[in-house]
Amino acid sequence: MRYSAFRIFMEGLTGNKGWKPAWREPEPKPEYDIVIIGGGGHGLATAYYLSKEFGLRNVAVLEKGWLGSGNIGRNTTIIRSNYLLPGNEPFYEMSMKLWENLEQDTNYNSMVSQRSILNLFHTDGQRDAFVRRGNAMFLAGADAELADAAQLRRELPFLDFDNARFPIKGGLFQRRGGTARHDAVAWGYARGADSRGVDILQNCEVTGMDIENGRIRGVQTSRGPIRAKKVAMCVAGSSGRVAAMAGMRLPIESHVLQAFVSEGLKPVLPGVITFGAGHFYVSQSDKGGLVFGGDIDGYNTYAQRGNLPVVEDVCEGGMAIMPMIGRARLLRSWGGVMDMSMDGTPFIDKTHIDGLYFNGGWCYGGFKATPASGYCYAHLLAKDEPHPVATQMRLDRFRTGNIIDEKGVGNQPNLH
Amino acid sequence: MIINHPLLGPRDAAEFVYLGDACLIDRPDWQAEDAMERFHDYGYLRDNPAGEHRELWYHEQGDRSWLVVTRNTLTHEITHVELARDVARERGRDK
Repeated sequence: MRYSAFRIFMEGLTGNKGWKPAWREPEPKPEYDIVIIGGGGHGLATAYYLSKEFGLRNVAVLEKGWLGSGNIGRNTTIIRSNYLLPGNEPFYEMSMKLWENLEQDTNYNSMVSQRSILNLFHTDGQRDAFVRRGNAMFLAGADAELADAAQLRRELPFLDFDNARFPIKGGLFQRRGGTARHDAVAWGYARGADSRGVDILQNCEVTGMDIENGRIRGVQTSRGPIRAKKVAMCVAGSSGRVAAMAGMRLPIESHVLQAFVSEGLKPVLPGVITFGAGHFYVSQSDKGGLVFGGDIDGYNTYAQRGNLPVVEDVCEGGMAIMPMIGRARLLRSWGGVMDMSMDGTPFIDKTHIDGLYFNGGWCYGGFKATPASGYCYAHLLAKDEPHPVATQMRLDRFRTGNIIDEKGVGNQPNLH
Repeated sequence: MIINHPLLGPRDAAEFVYLGDACLIDRPDWQAEDAMERFHDYGYLRDNPAGEHRELWYHEQGDRSWLVVTRNTLTHEITHVELARDVARERGRDK
């Protein structure tokens, strides 16, 4: 069924009796060409692009809970491509271009809103770094715009420009950045993949992997064994647990990142704004709530909740740039489990086991990467070679010295 | 989280800095034949279990001791706290 304004009009005239479920609930088949472990944003995007761009339709997506129950439904919905390093920026810019055409491509309203993202800077040194980052963005075909304090005073008069400790000297805009409706991204990809024949198996937890002579043969699941020619791990925060089933140790630790939303307010924030001296980012949802977050808690955890010191730290960051936020009441907070890698950069690669592939290490930047991650992973699965923009996201990059460390803090996952 | 420091008693976890898996105590021999491989694994690979985890915490805003904390990564429950010094000596380190 194709969604359109005309369709809504016709359904309205006929009592809305023609709507069908957006995807099937199939029984597992005994064998698939490709089994994707993880029905989150990246797994569903991978299935979508496998079926649409690479013509591979004998594919299953295995999801432990319900579709999109992990980080795709727990993030702060920001999309952007304002990275610095050559191993990253072309990948994220590809993702940005896919976002821009996502709704037309999937025929699903993902509410992609290019309302801009602004990274504030507070010192001259930071300004220089942001000029460099803006130029790196241009080199990858992205957009960037440096704004001085005078311009920001006109555009965003509510910021605390004369903060005694962290005065705002300006910021780097990416006007094409913004937000998207996170659940709808998962649903759109699921519907698109399902309509092309991909089986989405919910409540189907992988409990073991069948590996013979260094080759994957299939997986054991809570809904019975499933044979597969290729198995693709795509489980974000659970990467360590799933990879351990294949006997792998990963350059990843799992940490919790908290996010917050305030009560609904009238429109106050035109776009996404980030603090340059601490870690704080905020946008306003279409319902009016201020959606914000900051640092990870900083210790290994699989609990989807955090502790109070980080709540305080995030709110202090908010107060430092935007004192008006102190008048809003906090409505909800929650946590998601992040697969923090050793250099802050993800992996899309084969493993040492034939037919077993790995996608993970997204730290807390996985949402914006969803389309490109799916596309590049599908490319790797279909052709057995990496997509040109993802050639450096290798599992062995620490052994060869080719790390991609945006922040330059080394092998300390809780600092990325 | 409250960490029950063996010398100072219960302290707020916010006073500590987290380093990670306690296997970081076992630094490989730099003169070994396969030192490169072992330092790669030491520096970059982690077990990352869901459940009991032994990990290094540094009491930066306190007595500056290193602790080995046994904590459950599913519940955040801390069951055992030792001085990292004692753990290292048990494993045959001389200092």
